[in-house]
Amino acid sequence: MSKKLLALTGNDAAAYAMKQIDPDVVAAYPITPQTSLMEKFAQFVADGESNTEIVLVESEHSAMSACVGASCAGARVMTATSSQGLALMWEVVYIASSYRLPIVMPLVNRALSGPINIHCDHGDAMGIRDSGWIQLWAENAQEVYDNLLMAIRIAEHSDVLLPVVVNYDGFIISHAIENMYLYDSGEVKKFVGEYKPKYTLLDPKKPTTFGSFDLPDYYFEHRRQMAAAMKGSFKVIADVAKEFSKICGREYKNLEGYKLEDAEIAIVALGSTVGTARAVVDELREKGVKAGILKIRTFRPFPEDEIADALKNLKAVAVLDRADSLNAVGGPLFDEVRGALYRKSVIPAVNYVYGLGGRDMGFPEINKVYSDLAEIAKSGKVGSARDLVTYLGVRD
Amino acid sequence: MAKTEKVKLPNWKEMVIGGINPDAGSAMKYNSGTWRTFRPVWSQEKCIQCNACWIHCPDSSIMIKDGKVCGIDYEHCKGCGICAAMCPPKVGAVKMVKEEK
Repeated sequence: MSKKLLALTGNDAAAYAMKQIDPDVVAAYPITPQTSLMEKFAQFVADGESNTEIVLVESEHSAMSACVGASCAGARVMTATSSQGLALMWEVVYIASSYRLPIVMPLVNRALSGPINIHCDHGDAMGIRDSGWIQLWAENAQEVYDNLLMAIRIAEHSDVLLPVVVNYDGFIISHAIENMYLYDSGEVKKFVGEYKPKYTLLDPKKPTTFGSFDLPDYYFEHRRQMAAAMKGSFKVIADVAKEFSKICGREYKNLEGYKLEDAEIAIVALGSTVGTARAVVDELREKGVKAGILKIRTFRPFPEDEIADALKNLKAVAVLDRADSLNAVGGPLFDEVRGALYRKSVIPAVNYVYGLGGRDMGFPEINKVYSDLAEIAKSGKVGSARDLVTYLGVRD
Repeated sequence: MAKTEKVKLPNWKEMVIGGINPDAGSAMKYNSGTWRTFRPVWSQEKCIQCNACWIHCPDSSIMIKDGKVCGIDYEHCKGCGICAAMCPPKVGAVKMVKEEK
């Protein structure tokens, strides 16, 4: 285990991961805030530090299409995008997962238009939550790097063979500089290994067809296989994390609790907000408030049982959504966490939609969530203190 | 109706993932001639063996034996009628006949 401490942006961290993974093909199109990631990676390739074939395409639809073609041909393939880029890719995103192609994609989370906005929220990732891609979420640059290295192994495992998206918050993680550890390239290379596809388009001795027409007598079975692969990926994600802990010194889990063991009130969140919330919790703990956090790292597959277990001793829980479902209820994470809770408890749960289009999520906002939770915990009821869903930080 | 419906189809655990088809030439085994409205009917007596139907068939539904047309493969013919159109008018060895269920 050898590490080097560096100060890097999240996009730099992703570029270093891609350099060390050294995929056969990367097809990408620039979009804010992903741009500096691909610039950095293209520089590595231009300097001969990576042997990747970069395909410069005319749109994200083409980027993912080129990735699909290259992956069918047996290549290890990566791309990266954000927001509108993902929206334009959307059709082919589903094709990648349904063809069972282990493409790995950093997604630098950014609000979807419109009105047009370049800043962070999770609306882009939530738009592909039912696409059959595994979704890992990073809290900081270190986790961007670590999740990307693990993503390759998860995606390519023969029990999985699903593409993986590694989410991280646009600008907040992608452009902020943090201290983080890079691992020895030789160790990373050994860890990611070589991709050996079972079927490829470029084997004349074993001709195969990809993308044939799937009529009502077969399509349903193929979707059923994807459901099984998604479920089976839990074990692979855990096994890969265990193996990776020998390199990074830390074993990644689907969930990470912060001061959750004895907590009475807690928030559930994805991404960089967890980092801010840690500092808020530390302050609250000094005042004697038993506050905690549950961070979700693995959003797809959705670790429903683990979430229910992790939250079972709380008196009140708030789910933070950096996206709105516009379903007249609340955010997508809330829907799913509430579903998980329903199976095992009657803990009062509320939802905060926050940070849309890059609106700040700072101490005052997070403190407000915890003070609401304290009230709910006291009364044992949601209605008495708060609406079920609150738009946090919006001008009322 | 389609012959495939009588065959037991594999369950999801038995199938290759991703809709990938690793068997070259497997279309031969799949009855895709189920949605014809008109079927070509070939007359051995009238046929002059010019092979124009075989050359132009967009599938491979004109059956050939020893270099001679010997019939039509109704498991793959979609009834497009190109064979009938290509058959020389004076010969008229292929006629399109409405399918009857």
